Amino acid sequence: MDNPIVFNNVDHIYNAGSPFAVSALKNVNLSIPKGKITAIIGHTGSGKSTLIQHLNVLLRPTHGTVKINDVEITADSKNKNLKALRKQVSVVFQFPESQLFEETVLKDVMFGPLNFGVSEEEAERIAREKLSLVGLPENLYDRSPFDLSGGQMRRVAIAGVLALEPSVLVLDEPTAGLDPAGQKYMLEMFVNLHRQQNLTLVLVTHQMEDVALYADNVIVMENGTVVKTGEPLEIFKDEDKLETLQLSLPHSLQFFKDIDTQLDTTYIKETQPITVDQLADEIVKIKQSRTLKSEVSQNV
Amino acid sequence: MFDKLLLGRYLQGNSIIHELDPRTKLLGSFFFIVIVFLANHWLAYLLLAAFVFFVIKLSNISISYFLRGIRPMLWIIMFTVIFQMLFTVGGTVYFQLGPVTITSLGVINAIYIFMRLVLIIMMSTILTLTTAPLELTDGIEHLLRPLTRLGFPSHEVALMLSIALRYVPTLMDEAQKIMNAQRARGVEFDEGSFIDRVKAMVPILIPLFVSAFNRADEMAIAMEARGYRGGEGRTKYRQLKYSKIDAYALLILLLVTAALIAIRIFIG
Repeated sequence: MDNPIVFNNVDHIYNAGSPFAVSALKNVNLSIPKGKITAIIGHTGSGKSTLIQHLNVLLRPTHGTVKINDVEITADSKNKNLKALRKQVSVVFQFPESQLFEETVLKDVMFGPLNFGVSEEEAERIAREKLSLVGLPENLYDRSPFDLSGGQMRRVAIAGVLALEPSVLVLDEPTAGLDPAGQKYMLEMFVNLHRQQNLTLVLVTHQMEDVALYADNVIVMENGTVVKTGEPLEIFKDEDKLETLQLSLPHSLQFFKDIDTQLDTTYIKETQPITVDQLADEIVKIKQSRTLKSEVSQNV
Repeated sequence: MFDKLLLGRYLQGNSIIHELDPRTKLLGSFFFIVIVFLANHWLAYLLLAAFVFFVIKLSNISISYFLRGIRPMLWIIMFTVIFQMLFTVGGTVYFQLGPVTITSLGVINAIYIFMRLVLIIMMSTILTLTTAPLELTDGIEHLLRPLTRLGFPSHEVALMLSIALRYVPTLMDEAQKIMNAQRARGVEFDEGSFIDRVKAMVPILIPLFVSAFNRADEMAIAMEARGYRGGEGRTKYRQLKYSKIDAYALLILLLVTAALIAIRIFIG
């Protein structure tokens, strides 16, 4: 099971067979590697959200098969046997705070585990653990989720999904609408979970910085098809392609490119600093080689 | 889940029926529903069916659509029809078993009821399929305007109606989203006993209501910020205008009515 999720020629058509039919996925082939961070990018309407809903069988393919942990799902798969898969692959949807409904924060987080047959005490233990993981102060556990601030509600909702203890976690723009500190905290938390528990992460995002910083593997979508897969470096190399897809470079790479054009140098051909750390390293390297050169010329 | 629901959907197009003034369509449909009850002879029903068929042809929308629109209503229609058949007594008796009798009058009545329901549903489907929701509310506001003199808040009703219509798809999307999120947390909506299913609705309804309240709040603030102070003294961006085809439509409707009355008096 190197690839917990494999798509084989998957098509998805909404309202198939009616005049409102819309084809959202066309002949998608992909696999999500186990224990890695996979980023899915593509501009709005490229089929990312439809794709995500296939990952935990909220939608079934119209044609083709989706394999989740060696269970094959086709258009005819019966709903009954699929519930167990939703515990293995969990999704944090966009603006997940809209899923809160219980009287207290704690009860809302316990809701998921209880649905999957976990005992009450165990569910509460899990809930407390996940709530502290997302950084929610303990004095809020007995409050109504609707009394919390937007950022806190987001944390509760995410804790509610983490409480299912999935082996694959899918995040659909988990940080959209959070303040910069909250964004960083959340992403770091997911990445730490991934490192500590070998959790497979799937991250849908528009932030190329996050892709560059965290992803091992990138899937680029356009018009319902997968147009490219590869490591972030590979994806960002093909800049023209990114432009036609209405996607951008990470800021650090863009910065280097601007230096290239303004100073008429070719740094970008030699190196590809896609994160800020790599960028700093490159600048230090360039600086050192310059001082070295000037020392040499002085000595001569 | 809501894919199959055809009722109240709008199909863009540019047929003659699409271009009719919404007031004509509203009044016409209403009038049609009234005259359906005038019919009491098979000839009359034939005429009405032909008329509906003619309007469907004019609307350029395939007839399979309308048949599909009737499908969700089929149970209600059959229920009514069967009760009519069993409980109307009169004419020749075809079949008798204990208290259950099927008579010629019962069968005729059942067929009439069936025809009436189908024709009415078809006509209202034509109305909603060919009229954009906003046009519809404009039409309703216009038609209700005379009632303002009696103290009826026609502007407010029209405003509520247009906001409600505008938010039907948004709320449906939202419901679908919340449903997906809860399914991802292990809720099953199509499993278990009736009580289980009703309980499964709670995690959808509460977030849906909460978001509707929030949305209403934000919308009210946005409207005030844009200078909305109620209906008085407002001008209108969309102007309704009658044209020649509205007159033709009216003429055809009147002819059909005249024919129906003639059938009722001379044959029925």
